[in-house]
Amino acid sequence: MKFLVCISNVPDTTTKIAFTPDNKEFNKAGVQFVINPWDEYALTRAIELKEAAGSGTVTVLNVGEADTEPNIRKALAIGADDAIRVNAAPQDAYFVAEQIAAIAKEGAYDVILMGKESIDYNGFQVHGMVGEMLGIPTVAPAMKLDMSGNTATLEREIEGGKEIVTVNTPFVASCQQPMCEPRIPNMRGIMTARTKPLKVVPAIGEPARTTVAEFALPPKKQGVKLIDAENAGELIKLLRNEAKVI
Amino acid sequence: MSVLVVVECADGEVKKSSLEVASYGAQVAAQLGTTATAIAVGHANEANLAKLGEQGITKVLFDAEPRLKDFVNNAYTKLIATAAEQEQAKIIVLANSNIGAAVGSRLSVRLKASLATNVVELPKIAGDQFTVKRGAFSGKAFSDVVLSGDRKIIAVKKNSTEAKHDAGKTAEVVSFAAQLSDADFADAPTQVIMQDQAGGVLLPEAALVVSGGRGMKGPENWGLIEDLAKALGAGTACSKPVSDVDWRPHHEHVGQTGITISPNLYIACGISGAIQHLAGVNSSKVIVVINKDPEAPFFKAADYGIVGDVFDILPKLTAAVKALN
Ligand SMILES: Cc1cc2nc3c(=O)[nH]c(=O)nc-3n(C[C@H](O)[C@H](O)[C@H](O)COP(=O)(O)OP(=O)(O)OC[C@H]3O[C@@H](n4cnc5c(N)ncnc54)[C@H](O)[C@@H]3O)c2cc1C
Repeated sequence: MKFLVCISNVPDTTTKIAFTPDNKEFNKAGVQFVINPWDEYALTRAIELKEAAGSGTVTVLNVGEADTEPNIRKALAIGADDAIRVNAAPQDAYFVAEQIAAIAKEGAYDVILMGKESIDYNGFQVHGMVGEMLGIPTVAPAMKLDMSGNTATLEREIEGGKEIVTVNTPFVASCQQPMCEPRIPNMRGIMTARTKPLKVVPAIGEPARTTVAEFALPPKKQGVKLIDAENAGELIKLLRNEAKVI
Repeated sequence: MSVLVVVECADGEVKKSSLEVASYGAQVAAQLGTTATAIAVGHANEANLAKLGEQGITKVLFDAEPRLKDFVNNAYTKLIATAAEQEQAKIIVLANSNIGAAVGSRLSVRLKASLATNVVELPKIAGDQFTVKRGAFSGKAFSDVVLSGDRKIIAVKKNSTEAKHDAGKTAEVVSFAAQLSDADFADAPTQVIMQDQAGGVLLPEAALVVSGGRGMKGPENWGLIEDLAKALGAGTACSKPVSDVDWRPHHEHVGQTGITISPNLYIACGISGAIQHLAGVNSSKVIVVINKDPEAPFFKAADYGIVGDVFDILPKLTAAVKALN
């Protein structure tokens, strides 16, 4: 089984968000970048399934410029076998999906996994675009993935419940909790990752379909209004008469 | 040029988020000087579909194929794409739900449309320039996105726009056949399992939410959260460590790696307010924090707060809500 796992490089989850003075771009100064937390589920599950089968490969794919390589190496240290970086700044979801679909087709991967969405642009789009570009099923968001030969059984979250979906390879799944417990690299993994292959390829495809005109921060909160614990019921009156939410 | 709205139904009812989307779509149509047609997916009741007229929809397309009752990605994509072609829809509006995201992304490739998800406001249309505001960075920012091309798909964030209500207006319900084949149902679910909902309120759709964190000490104390939620008609939620140790099911976990919600009211009980938790709830309109630690970071994001013990305060709040009703 050939797994392709797509990872994106995102600001650490504790980052205070700030933009360049013209508000056109995210201000990367002093920001630590990590593997998108959702993608860690996809990566770990692919490695677990490969290990359980006793054969197969896990290839990590990132669309990004050279500064994403530390996180690609981290994915290799966690247990992926090799990596591909499409050398381009990700423009929008469609652009990224085109790169992934092209690589997936060329490498004839059986299972394409990624996180549900990236925590920076929160697109929740790439999975479906890749599935449609390749003409194969997409299961999104997937909370469980088991394989038996070429058949996968997935649990897909729906509002208010879940569906059990069975698909044959090839397919795309976007992963989320509680699929697995994401792994962290150990020393041996970090050492071997240095020598694992990382191929850099140029981008293909059409220009982006969406462009960001401007970023903005949400308006600042007015400050908290504290209610005395002894008089807690007062809160309910304020929620009805002042905030008008109940 | 018309606007096509995708309306999700369950148990015969139009989902609340789809009422919002219908209203949004009708307003976009008015901006463009055209009308809005809806295509229904899921288990719909025709009388309820006709009532979409109250949100400004003029016509509702409805395919009675029974296998469309449960979500099937390929079949839904084909159904909506066929309706979009028939209606010559330039704008397609859907909910930023698990169905909307799965279908919207496939549709954008099939219909060669630009796509914006997580949209929180009506578009700004100036000549050819079509701009939408969407949430980004896990609720920590917004971005204005320009959608290019002839066709556009907009996925509207739940609870971010209000469903207009023009009582008594009805939409025409028209039967529609997308001519789906067995192959379109190849990825149909083999089983659908619904969760038990506290008080029957679905968390992603809930307008009011009561949530508990590690400060609740254990699952045996969740009755306090449920009592308040029940009195308010609210959904229930929790922080990540709570679902990690199985005090509560995963589908109640909100935050960066859980679900994102934007209710009118979010009441956080015994939750510290870590940045990853805030990421899932900070677009709630009003945030109430109950925590015994006055230094808890959540107070900085709160509109109302009570410094005190949740075990004392929750029963008082429940009693106060009951006294109101
Ligand atoms: C990559 C990543 C992703 C994450 N994603 C999420 C996510 O999606 N959602 C999420 O929630 N977290 C997430 N976290 C975890 C997050 O950082 C915090 O650890 C978590 O939110 C803390 O949960 P908590 O507030 O319930 O518990 P704690 O931090 O233990 O806080 C408990 C609070 O309860 C208060 N308390 C205790 N007893 C009482 C009492 N009797 N009465 C009143 N108050 C009391 C305490 O003062 C304290 O403030 C993530 C972390 C990482 C690294």
